[in-house]
Amino acid sequence: MSAPTSFDEFLDGLWRQNPIFVMVLGMCPTLAVTVSAVNAISMGLATTFVLGTSCLLVSLLRHSIPKQVRIASYIVIIATFVTVVDYAIQAISLDLYEALGAYIKLIVANCILLGRAEAHAAKNPPLPATLNAIGMGLGFTLGLLAIGCVREMLGAGKLFGISLFGAHFQPWVVMVLPPGGFFVLAFWLILFAAFRHINGRRNAQLGEVQS
Amino acid sequence: MSDTPDKTSPSFEMVRTLGLVSVICGIIIVGVYQFTLPAVNANKKLALERQVFKVLPQAKSVVPYFATGSGIVAAAGQDLPPAGAVMFYAVYDAADRLAGIAAEASSSGYADQVRILYAYDVDKQAITGIGVIAMRETPGIGDKILTDQAFLQNFAALDVRLSADLQSLANAVKTVKHGTKTSPWQIDAIAGATVTSKAVGRGINESAQKLLPRLWPHLDQLRKPS
Repeated sequence: MSAPTSFDEFLDGLWRQNPIFVMVLGMCPTLAVTVSAVNAISMGLATTFVLGTSCLLVSLLRHSIPKQVRIASYIVIIATFVTVVDYAIQAISLDLYEALGAYIKLIVANCILLGRAEAHAAKNPPLPATLNAIGMGLGFTLGLLAIGCVREMLGAGKLFGISLFGAHFQPWVVMVLPPGGFFVLAFWLILFAAFRHINGRRNAQLGEVQS
Repeated sequence: MSDTPDKTSPSFEMVRTLGLVSVICGIIIVGVYQFTLPAVNANKKLALERQVFKVLPQAKSVVPYFATGSGIVAAAGQDLPPAGAVMFYAVYDAADRLAGIAAEASSSGYADQVRILYAYDVDKQAITGIGVIAMRETPGIGDKILTDQAFLQNFAALDVRLSADLQSLANAVKTVKHGTKTSPWQIDAIAGATVTSKAVGRGINESAQKLLPRLWPHLDQLRKPS
């Protein structure tokens, strides 16, 4: 694999096929744990770790896994690395572990993971498979962070725990409640859709001019 | 499927692969578990001590115990609690004197279980502080139980005296409507956060009714010889 292709694999998930804003996958943690930027980053990085390691292992074993039992094998591999992350977060910080709650264990049910293993890692050599998975994971982290920052700023008047607007700011409590997650996600999806729409029109015009 | 002339049958291959995957995954999980165990345990101990120090500021060390129907036993070295046991923590101050008892109470609030830790003062026979272990109450409403000074004033000395026969509390702890508190065993609810306030009262009552009658006859066992 040449370097630019690998880089392309990496960028794919980060931007062109961003799991949250383009593919709209993994909505359960997206809406549930993004009440603060720190939670969002932690959840994103945990998912990135599981994605990278499980896709590497799936890719290494891709020739020896018979297709009849592939889903079972992928799930066992993904569940293993979710367990690893679960222990690691407990060892790093119990506060973080409490904040993320059941959603660490629920990474196993995140459709991005099985999707990557089945659609990419099972068909590609280890290096591009891992790069693609890490790109996806970082794209997911970016998406969570975009939502988490907005919710923390409006819902608590803080960013990464640092007070932003002074004592007179009245927090929008709805932003840290479940509906806030939907509002902010919708806002970002609209923004991205508009961006793509404008971009698409400009490309079409460029195409016309060139022809 | 099975009548293909392959040397290895598909079934054998499937079993072999699943076995291999399980073995690899098993080794990874056990390895990580062993590696992180000391850090996880140290974190849990630290988190507990931080909670206890919040409700009993004079605390220096914390020793976990189980209260059973027949007495109290130190929890250290026991993997599983005896059946029906209630866990509590004996808290000692800098001079190794018994500073108080800390125990957990929980009851369902507005969103989920509200789990609190309360401090019991042996001499006053009263609850002298509460802290929250975990809750998912509405931010800005239910979480006032941690910040509302008037509410916290309820726990300056909440009366949990035992009745004459030492079998239950003389007066059940009860959360009453905001502004109607008349007795030292009542908790004045926060206006607008009644459900969470009631969960605190109910949790403390359940826990104290169960723990204190078992604990009271054995208090001397907890006092270290000075």
